[in-house]
Amino acid sequence: MSNSVLLGIGETKTMSATPTTTSHAAAESGARKGEPPQVSFDVFRVLRDDGTLDPATDPKLADEHVVDLYRSMVRTRVIDERLVVLQRQGRIGFHIGSLGEEATIIGSAAAARPQDWIFPCYREFGALLLRGMPLQRYVDNMFGNANDPVRGRQMPDHYTGRQYKFGSVSSPIGTQITQAVGFAWAAKMKKDDLATLTYFGEGATSSNEFHCGMNFAAVFKAPTIFLCRNNGWAISVPASKQSASDTFAEKAIAYGMRGVRCDGNDLFAVYATVRDAIARAAAGEGPTLVELLTYRLSGHSTSDDPKAYRKEQEVEGWKLKDPVVRMRAYLQKKGLWSEQKQAQVEEETDAALKACVKAAEETPAPSLESMFDDVFAEMPWHLREQRDELLKGPRAKGHH
Amino acid sequence: MREIRYREALREAIAEEMERDARVFIVGEEVGRYQGAYKVTEGLFDRFGAERVIDAPIAEAGFAGVGIGAAMVGLRPIVEFMTWNFSAVAFDQILSNAAKLRQMSGGQVSCPIVFRGPNGSARQVGAQHSQSMESFYAHVPGLKVVAPAFPRDAKGLLKTAIRDDDPVCFFECETLYNVLGEVPEPSEGELLVELGKAHVARAGTDVSLISWSRITHVALQAAELLAGEGISAEVVDLRSLRPLDEATLVASLAKTHRAVVAHEGWPYGGVGAEIVDRLQRLAFDELDAPILRVSGADFPMPYNAKLEQACLPQPQTIAEAARKVCYRG
Repeated sequence: MSNSVLLGIGETKTMSATPTTTSHAAAESGARKGEPPQVSFDVFRVLRDDGTLDPATDPKLADEHVVDLYRSMVRTRVIDERLVVLQRQGRIGFHIGSLGEEATIIGSAAAARPQDWIFPCYREFGALLLRGMPLQRYVDNMFGNANDPVRGRQMPDHYTGRQYKFGSVSSPIGTQITQAVGFAWAAKMKKDDLATLTYFGEGATSSNEFHCGMNFAAVFKAPTIFLCRNNGWAISVPASKQSASDTFAEKAIAYGMRGVRCDGNDLFAVYATVRDAIARAAAGEGPTLVELLTYRLSGHSTSDDPKAYRKEQEVEGWKLKDPVVRMRAYLQKKGLWSEQKQAQVEEETDAALKACVKAAEETPAPSLESMFDDVFAEMPWHLREQRDELLKGPRAKGHH
Repeated sequence: MREIRYREALREAIAEEMERDARVFIVGEEVGRYQGAYKVTEGLFDRFGAERVIDAPIAEAGFAGVGIGAAMVGLRPIVEFMTWNFSAVAFDQILSNAAKLRQMSGGQVSCPIVFRGPNGSARQVGAQHSQSMESFYAHVPGLKVVAPAFPRDAKGLLKTAIRDDDPVCFFECETLYNVLGEVPEPSEGELLVELGKAHVARAGTDVSLISWSRITHVALQAAELLAGEGISAEVVDLRSLRPLDEATLVASLAKTHRAVVAHEGWPYGGVGAEIVDRLQRLAFDELDAPILRVSGADFPMPYNAKLEQACLPQPQTIAEAARKVCYRG
């Protein structure tokens, strides 16, 4: 088994040239507890360069489903581009997007079962929309207005959607990882049939939380899928300066966990890999670390200008592998898509977004007194006093 | 009434709550097979099994985060820190996550979790193991902070903390674990002590000694010394640092008109400073003297036994401050 590569769809085949490092731990000492963790170093792919699917790995999604997922990718991109403009115009404070990483997010979220929870990093608004959060609520969050589901308390793109089984975005790097593990493990204790998907960038693999979360999940066989979006850059730090490992997937070996490398710009590959990882977790086989190879085409966030630290040439190279472009080529080749449909979805998204922005701008700020809610389950007397003081004082006047 | 140790009172609280509510579990270093670094969890592993008494890998940030995740899905975790000193490694999980999840999510997510363990000095455990961490946590909106001094309160407050829908930081003390105190038999009914309520541990009329956790016992010794000099000291045991029971403090001051706040932690910006601020605002007209503070020394704890004791509030130092506010001696 140590020579096998996992295809991500429950099928294994022997690799021909196998640069497998499991041999370090396994073959030589003979003292291992059991089978070595299975880590694939080949990049798992479905969508080939010629725009066709590899029949050996094709997850066999229905055409309408594929078209729907492509629409989600396009919508995500259009929203991303528009929100950057709004930030430049000073109408929203911040945006952090997923330009170039749409397949990693849409493909994985689509593969999740309805009962599975998502513990996001901060680029996964596409997954939240796919889960059913109305666009208006997402835009309300960008403005922090009275209709914002998190009541104007958080920065833009720091959403929570309990009804969509979507945990809170957390600014400190990696803190969602251990929480996703705890959530999954506790659910297992409660005998709830669910897995958790936690997203993070390759930069977060340097964090304390990555280590703790991977270790705990492996020891306790928590049904968690660790989705490492290796997008090449952690703000200005390239992946090569983040880790001396050749791959991020191989970090799974040391934890005794399964690790998979996957073409993150191939929606089919992401879908198949995550679906398989969830099936394994649900069957009690434990967690999987998935390295999704992709590229951050934009800056880290609207607060960042990547021209300061990376070459345009590199970006241009990755644009050739743009997941939206690749998907479109596939659909057009199959006769499932057209220029007209493309224009239509872009225009519809743009119009919907404009309407949402208009409504969000016209929505008042949350009430002053709402600031005191939700600090505790029940408001303690000292907060009631402070609230009443505020409402009597000068700050209450002139507040809309 | 029967007397049991502070440690046993905590254990009873945990066991009763685990018995009552299947959602309650405990996780931490050495809590299971080893029966707890300070034996608080002794016997629980055998009684409740490895699924509910969980020996965590050595990573405070890890099991704090795991606990928070478990609380989010509806369980009631008790996270034991081998000492609160090590909670610093998990501070971000408590500060930026547990304390804020309800607020940040607009009320969508709650985090019913108890973080607990020994706090403050033990005996000669040096700078990194002797810290009083409660002031850091009492600073944070969204957290509740308790530090009981007596076995009865330890049991009643821990049971209430486990049932609370918000994160509670529960501060114990290594040198309190063996302290004996009256605790009603479980057969006499549920012992629940409300969070946010102080308790007058000794009534008096001349000066209020305000304290919590281990230093309450030191303040009681100081009150005994003062009684020999004809000074009647009232000892107010705060029990909860957040929420803070202002009413009991003001009522005591209305009686004595003089106060000393005594605690083990550092003086700068601590809970003692907060209490002094509140009392001078809320009861200025009651005061006959400036309020004094007796705290731990303002530097890292030395190891040497003699130096260590010199750094900590003692009955004599608290009595001395009491004499000053009474303009005696």
